[in-house]
This record gives sequence, structure tokens and C-alpha cells, in this order.
Amino acid sequence: MSSFIPANERFLYEVESIENLKHKFAVTNNWQEKYRLLMLLGKSVPSISDEYKVEPQQVDGCESAAWLYHYQQDDKHYFLADSDARIVKGLISILLIMFHSQDSKTICGSPIEATFEQLGLLNQLSPSRANGLQALAAKMVSYAKS
Amino acid sequence: MVKSVMCETITSTLASKIQSQFPLLNNHQNPLKLCYLDTAATSQKPHCVIDAMNEYYHTYNSNVHRAAHQLSARATVDYEKVRNDLVTFINARTRQEIIFTHGTTESLNMLAYGLESTFSAGDLILIDSAAHHANIVPWQQLAQRTGAFVKAIPLDQDFNLDLIGYQKLLKLRPKLVAISHVTNALGTVNPVSQIISLAKTANAITVVDGAQAIAHTSVDVSELDCDFYAFSGHKMYGPTGVGILYGKTEKLAQLTPMLTGGEMIKTVSFDNTIFGELPNRLEAGTPPISEVIGLGAAIKFMNQYFTKEHQDEEKQLLNYLQFSLAELDDIEIYASNENNLGVVSFNVKGEHHQDVGILLDQQGIAIRCGHHCAMPLMDLMKINGCCRVSIGLYTTKVDIDCFIDALKQVQQLLKD
Repeated sequence: MSSFIPANERFLYEVESIENLKHKFAVTNNWQEKYRLLMLLGKSVPSISDEYKVEPQQVDGCESAAWLYHYQQDDKHYFLADSDARIVKGLISILLIMFHSQDSKTICGSPIEATFEQLGLLNQLSPSRANGLQALAAKMVSYAKS
Repeated sequence: MVKSVMCETITSTLASKIQSQFPLLNNHQNPLKLCYLDTAATSQKPHCVIDAMNEYYHTYNSNVHRAAHQLSARATVDYEKVRNDLVTFINARTRQEIIFTHGTTESLNMLAYGLESTFSAGDLILIDSAAHHANIVPWQQLAQRTGAFVKAIPLDQDFNLDLIGYQKLLKLRPKLVAISHVTNALGTVNPVSQIISLAKTANAITVVDGAQAIAHTSVDVSELDCDFYAFSGHKMYGPTGVGILYGKTEKLAQLTPMLTGGEMIKTVSFDNTIFGELPNRLEAGTPPISEVIGLGAAIKFMNQYFTKEHQDEEKQLLNYLQFSLAELDDIEIYASNENNLGVVSFNVKGEHHQDVGILLDQQGIAIRCGHHCAMPLMDLMKINGCCRVSIGLYTTKVDIDCFIDALKQVQQLLKD
């Protein structure tokens, strides 16, 4: 399946800065606003079209499915990631904001847990959640390591 | 649509009284302030169960059946008493028919391994299309090891077992029929008696997974006349880690033990081992002693509270839940209204079940969402999962109202 990946240009999109993201979360007043923001965030990054939502690219979660593609140019890593659930897509977007178009060193040194904690979303990252988010984060980091 | 349910007639008085016996549900002690609607995954435990296990560890912790001392003698007496209690609880004939396992999954695996020597290539196993994985995978594995093959009993349009399709399959003379008493994903009550008596006409071995039934309906294995019936302690207000495999004595005697070792033997030499008698023959090693003792307390609890009145109230509450859900817009409810126990499964139209689950969780409502370990059923229903609300003897009208209010909030949020 390795030849069956989205075209390179699909990977070349921009994400907002992590500071911007932290600010947005900091000004939410309640959980409703936070989750509304999360779902909006999911819409701000590209979706993966259905033909690419294939099993080999799937990251397992019991309650929802997620897919991940990786593309590397020089030392920069580019990702496409999607989920069939909106909140998980939002959570994935946070990972993309941290990792997308970054170099290996930045990705490997990224404080994933601390960032989710700052955003008040640490429990969504925990391995006890069946959304596969932690597996997805680990896979993104492993691309940067290899 | 659910009919004839008047909201004002739902009192849940009995449940309100029972709630205080569950420390986790008692608001003063529950730091999470949860509205617990995930009883089908595991029930909460009353004080008496927790206390019984505590007492065992505090005052007579010791191994069973090794009674050279008083502690062990007491542990053995209490452990074996629970076996006798279970005989009465499910109306078995003798204590030899009650095997302690670690749960329903282990019970079913024990069967699939234990029956292996009686299977040969070409034998047919019929399974329930709406079963959870624990009553599918062990049979598939048995088929792979022996050359037998597995066929799923079809479902009708309401996802109930299709009895006509089933009877057609019986003409193929299956060797074994494995079904659920109540399905875990939809709470559908199968016509078990009828399924079993039909299976007998084909001379098939009958296996019933009772994990979801045991806490919601009275189970009488003698009346059902099944060969095997499996269930778990933790779904009936008892602890995790203990399950029961009921089997007719002559059927259990035919099982090859899946586990061999201590406790299950009569004599061992370096040349040969002779296995002991039932039930020990199928209980190798140290059993889950504190869990069995906790289960004993759970049975006592159920004997006291699992009365006709409580069961009726629970059914009323389930109807109220279905009714309240059906009143909301854009809700797809699965399974029939009349024929299910303990569980209502649904989706918010156009929304992902996990989004609904997460947003309910934000409001302290604990439900389950996903494929419910019943992926073949989800495939048949053409959905990739759903939300499941499940209740128990302690669930009150207030719990349901809180859930419905929270779900309205979720719908609003997802609409924005």
C-alpha cells in the first residue's frame, strides 16, 4: 500500500502557531466553549478523503477510527491525519499544530503531555481513553525518530 | 414508539432506597459525582460485597481445600457455601455442576478447549450473529484447530435472531449451538428456551452466554435445559475476576480440563496423573477466593432485592428511558422496545457515537460507546458503533432525567 498515498502537495498546508492555540483555549469560559473550539479546530486542518482511509494507515482506537499519513522533505515532517469522530479530529489537530512541518528534533522534544495539560485536555490523551490518540502521537514521533 | 408509559407513574422508589447501599453512587462519597449508566459493562458493588471481601482479607485470608488449620477451614467453608448458593440461585441440580472461573470469557474458552477432542473436521458450530466477541472468537479458534466450521444464525430486520433461518441451519446438523441469553450491545432477549429445544432436535450441544441476563432476569438452568450456561460475578453486583460455568454433570465430565496442575488431580506420579472429580477437576490452581466470597454476598444481595417488584421497576425505568429518548429529535434507537433488558442503544443521527460519549462524560454521565465487542453485529447493522445506556437495580428516574438533559446539551453543542 506504500505507493498509494496522497499527492505531495496535499501535505503542504499551514497550521496556526501553538501560542495562538494556547491563547484560544485560555480564553474559553466553560467546557462547552472548550469542546466547541476543539471541534472548530478539527475543521481547520485538511481531511483525508475516503479513498485514503484504508486499514494499513489506520491507528486503532476502540471507540473511533483514525488515519495517519506521513511525508518527509529534507528534515521536515508533514502529516495528514483524520478521524471519523469530530472531537478526536480536534484533538488530532492539536498534535498537528505541534508537529506539522517541524523538524525531527522539534518533534522528538515536544512536550505533548504538558501541552495537553495546559489546554485542560490531558485526560483525553490518557491511555485509558479508547480514542487511539496516544497511539497516534507515538506514531508521529516514531516517524520523526526514524 | 414506546406506548403506554406515563412519566409520572415512574417512581423508582425501590431503586432510590437501594442506592444508599452503593458507596460509589452515594453522592457524598463519590468524588466524581457520576451519573453511572454503564452497568452492562460492570455493575457497581454494594457495601455488603466490599465488606465480605474485606473481612476475608482482614480476618481469615488463607488458601482453600488445604485445611490443616482453622483459617483455611473457614475459607473453604465460605468458598464452598457460595457454590451451594449458586446451585439454588440458578436452579442447578448439584454442586458438581457449578465451576468457578475468572469470568464469562474464561468459561466459554474453557468449553471451546474442553470440547475440542470431540470435534472433527466438517463439524458445524452455530453462533449468534448478535453475540459479543467472547462467544464468537473461542468457537472460531476451535474451528480453526479442528477443521470444524462456524456459521452465524441470521438476524431479522429488528436485529432479533431469525428463527426460520435458524431452523434451516439446524437441518445441517450442527454439533453445537452457542447463543446469548440477552445481547450486550442491544439488550435483546433471545427466546432461549425455544432455541435450546430446537437445538435438541438436531442433537446439538447448547451453550448460553448469560453475562447480560443474570442481573436482569431470573435464570433457571434446569428449566432452560441448556447443556452449559456461563456468566460473570461483576455484572451481578459482585466483584470482577470471578465467573461461573454451569454445565450438566455428564456434559462437564466430558470436558478436557483447559488448565491442569494443583487442586484438580487425584494422584500424580512422574509417569502419570489421574484427574480428580468435578467440580475440582475443572478448577486447577488457587481459585479467586475473595472474589467468590464477594460473589456470595452479591447473591445474598440479589436474593433480597432482585424481587419481582424490583425487576418490574427496572423494566419500567427502561421503558421510561426508551420513551424519553424517543421524545428527542434526531435519535436513532436500536432494538425493540418490548423485548430487551437493561440496555438501550442509540445514535444521534449524523453524529459520531464517540463525540456523544465524550460530551456526556463532560457532564458526568457515564455511558459506553463504540462497537461493544460485537463487531459482526455492527457490520450487520451497517453502523460503526453506537452509544449504550445501561441500568441496574440502583438506577433511578433522576439518573435518566440527568442523562436526557445532558444529551439535549450535547445535541445543541453538536448543532452549533
